[in-house]
Amino acid sequence: MLYHITRNTASAVALKDIPTVDYIDLYNDLAERMRDERYHPAHYFAAQTAEGLRFFLLLLDDRESTVMISSFVPDYYSEEGMPSLTAVHPSFHVFEREMHELYGIRFNGHPWCKPLRFPWDRRDKNSTMDSYPFYKMSGSSLHEVNVGPIHAGIIEPGAFRFICNGEQVLHLEIALGYQHRGVEREMTRTQNSLRRALLGESVAGDTAVAHATAYADLVEKLSGGHVGENLVRERGVALELERIAMHIADTGALSMDIGFQLFQVACEALRTMTINTTQAWCGNRFGKGLIRPFGSFHPLTADKAAMIRSNIADIRRRYNEVRLDMKESPSLLARFEQCGVVPREEMLRIGGVGTAARASGLLRDLRSTHPFGVYTDMICHDSIVKRHGDVMARLMMRCREVLQSADYIESLLSGYEPAAAVPEPRYDVPLAADALSFSLVEGWRGEICHVALTDARGSIVKYKIKDPSLHNWLALALAVRGEGISDFPICNKSFNLSYCGHDL
Amino acid sequence: MLARILNTLLMLAVAVSITGVINRTRAVLAGRKGLRFFQHLFDAKVLLGKGAVYSPTTGILFRLAPCVCLASSLAAFLFIPVADLDPLLSFDGDVVMVAYLLALSRVSLILAALDTGSSFEGMGASREALYGALIEPAIMLSMATLAMLSGYTSLADIFSTARSLDVNLTIVVLLAAYVFLKIMFVEAGRVPVDDPRTHLELTMIHEVMCLDYSGIDLAMIQIAGWLKTAVFAMIAADAVAAAVCFDWLLAAPLAVVVAGLSVGITESMRARNKLSRNSTYILTVTAMSALIFLVGYLLLQNIEIV
Repeated sequence: MLYHITRNTASAVALKDIPTVDYIDLYNDLAERMRDERYHPAHYFAAQTAEGLRFFLLLLDDRESTVMISSFVPDYYSEEGMPSLTAVHPSFHVFEREMHELYGIRFNGHPWCKPLRFPWDRRDKNSTMDSYPFYKMSGSSLHEVNVGPIHAGIIEPGAFRFICNGEQVLHLEIALGYQHRGVEREMTRTQNSLRRALLGESVAGDTAVAHATAYADLVEKLSGGHVGENLVRERGVALELERIAMHIADTGALSMDIGFQLFQVACEALRTMTINTTQAWCGNRFGKGLIRPFGSFHPLTADKAAMIRSNIADIRRRYNEVRLDMKESPSLLARFEQCGVVPREEMLRIGGVGTAARASGLLRDLRSTHPFGVYTDMICHDSIVKRHGDVMARLMMRCREVLQSADYIESLLSGYEPAAAVPEPRYDVPLAADALSFSLVEGWRGEICHVALTDARGSIVKYKIKDPSLHNWLALALAVRGEGISDFPICNKSFNLSYCGHDL
Repeated sequence: MLARILNTLLMLAVAVSITGVINRTRAVLAGRKGLRFFQHLFDAKVLLGKGAVYSPTTGILFRLAPCVCLASSLAAFLFIPVADLDPLLSFDGDVVMVAYLLALSRVSLILAALDTGSSFEGMGASREALYGALIEPAIMLSMATLAMLSGYTSLADIFSTARSLDVNLTIVVLLAAYVFLKIMFVEAGRVPVDDPRTHLELTMIHEVMCLDYSGIDLAMIQIAGWLKTAVFAMIAADAVAAAVCFDWLLAAPLAVVVAGLSVGITESMRARNKLSRNSTYILTVTAMSALIFLVGYLLLQNIEIV
């Protein structure tokens, strides 16, 4: 038995139930198993435990809707190092780079074990941002363009280095880490559950609801508690509201980047309507404060439900008009079609997730493969998948998902009569001791995974967060290869990845 | 003399109004209240009151460029008549002078951009040089069409005398006016060729070359841009005036309204070109002007033979 098999809806797993295997066995199994695209890694990290540095792997099986958990404890002081999985399956590259960076683990044969977040690596602390190992190419007709880390717009910091032949991009290297705030460490430094909930919803500002849901779900699993149907429904509505708001905002931002004012202002108005709806519900436009473990301070009354329904119906109708006009606008199609293509095979190899993966024809959607919350029984989610993998496909993904989410909100709220009162949040619930708990939530950008380990006293000693951006930044770098450098902004916007979600 | 002063004042009014009309059109189409009509003048005034900051990597070219740019644009501006009024400056063959004064202002900015040593500005300079080279034949051919049809080589003479044309030639002149409007889009750096509002350095053309300028230098470059826009808008309006026979009273407002509305509506209702397609777009304008020149030439030959 290499794996402990569980599901997204099951409660926390006792640490003793997770098999501790030999790395070589796991490596051989994964090298073979990962050929099948039904598997992809949800998380892979190392944690200091009593028996030493223990590695945990959470593998998702999309067909069986299971989560396979394995662990191993290698000899840390062994001089041999471990064979790199990345060399066989590049989708592991971010995880191995992170472990290399944090613990100095050597992965033999890793194609390019450069730092993930910090400008130095563990073996050479003298190396700084100035000596960052950027990829080099030589040639008299090539030139480098460096953008960032400080940008002209009001966006987060991140360095982009292009190697160009004239206007054509040959290679883009993305160096992140400037937003590193130590969120994971902060999650374990406090045992105050309210503070942790606040941290959870601040992981990435544009994904507040999804990350807060992931934290709440994780804590509820750890305490073995059961949450009521009303609360589940409210969380589902909040998650879909966030999805609608962000997808509409991205539609507007893409229009802005090609200088198309009409679509831009139309989408800005609709996005404002959506986030104002969230504000009318919970007092915060981004849904902060809405999702708390075990309960909510903002129960959905009949009045609020009616308000949300009527607003969303209006937004859906108007956004659909924008969508149809976009599809018939030749100048917009000329910019977006065949631009920034990531083929399905590439997306699969690098382990892309979320809307970007689905736009390339790769079905990665936890709502259908690993259902949680409302998607287990109230909604039968049918994922939207596009084929072309270009900017237009990613835009059309968003358009279709907005309409779908609006329909979900309508079906969740139509005829909804809050029968039982939603309880208030609880922050003092004791957590299971010596356990691993994880939560998988499909946010608007893609797959979010939170994992926590507890010690013998039931306090969280390790907390790991994965935002979908972690996987998808590489997809952006691949998308702009061969494109004109002036098309980078629309490629970037079509992914709209999070810097702080990556940097944590 | 009074006509010359009136001409210059009208031209100035055209130059400062076009940006206002563009902004207002865009605001109305976006459902916004929009800026004050002359907000750009207030902005320029603020900039003119400020000093400039220079990067230590820049040299004399960078500091001279705004003056050269403004001076050459202003000089070209003074050659442009408003319909049948006399411009301040005029001599035989000044159509070539105007075209190359504008080219000089472009070259000065390109050199200044290269002088900064920034990779962004280098890219902008390369794009600007390419599009400048591609649009130049269109300017010369359209000027040549007007000169050929009127028989004069000075802008003042072309527009003060080119009246009572044959109906065929009227159409040719109107088409030349259309091409001048297209040239204005390219020269002023508006959508679909360039987007003056974008904040994305990688997609900019004209704006990226001015990124290192501040204060009074930036103001000079902006003012030069207004003058340049007014030059082409006015020539287009003059051509219409010459073709359908009306005078300066209508030509000046026509320049403002046509240029302002066409730019404002285009910028609201369409996306800008993919950068690699700009060359095709500009070459189409050049091809159009060559065709108009040829058609005008043939028609003119026919008329003289008969």
